[in-house]
Amino acid sequence: MDNDQIINDLKEIITPYTDHKEALETLTENTDLLIDLKINSANLVDIILDIEEKFGIEIDNDSMTKMINVKETIAVIKEKLAANAG
Amino acid sequence: MTKQEILTHLPYQKPFLFVDEILEVDENSIKGTFTFDKDLYFYQGHFKDYPVTPGVILTETMAQIGLACLGAYLMAPSDLVVMMTSSKIDFLRPVFPSEKVTVTSKKNYYRFNKLSCNIIMENEAGEVVCKGEIAGMSMVKPHE
Repeated sequence: MDNDQIINDLKEIITPYTDHKEALETLTENTDLLIDLKINSANLVDIILDIEEKFGIEIDNDSMTKMINVKETIAVIKEKLAANAG
Repeated sequence: MTKQEILTHLPYQKPFLFVDEILEVDENSIKGTFTFDKDLYFYQGHFKDYPVTPGVILTETMAQIGLACLGAYLMAPSDLVVMMTSSKIDFLRPVFPSEKVTVTSKKNYYRFNKLSCNIIMENEAGEVVCKGEIAGMSMVKPHE
């Protein structure tokens, strides 16, 4: 699964949790979920749970604390997918 | 943590404490009661000459029993309390002064410090008066 594919899935998952549609449309690896998309910590938890369901992975507390921007989120998803495959 | 200890752990007091008794609690659910004293302050204004318990107070009662009390039980021992971050409630019937209600809460999930519950409130006739989903995040108890 390449980064563009993951970014497309992330956009879909994040859509119901942000009013900042322009920042979402132009979402890149450098987008910060809290600063650019103004997502609060409670909604961030729901996004992480949706990511788990979408990708069939389990995210631990340590990984969760890293997932505040798109780049780190993609890294965690890829790491967990690789662990599943292994 | 016992059912009685849960109450001593809450950050509320009168006139904004809406829990009388916890009847049952375990890892996944909680049940408790509250009786709306007819002299509670908000009945003076809601509504003029026709006291009915406000929806926000019913929501708060569901959150205190269903979310804060269950959270206190799940997080014990700690200085943390659960603060409401979202609610989606349907109101089906009015609750009048002196009515006793029973709140039953079932945990959807408790992960990454967020507790989400499906909660219903019933009156003494066993009729559902309101129901919905309330969630909150755990944080350090506010100072007295």
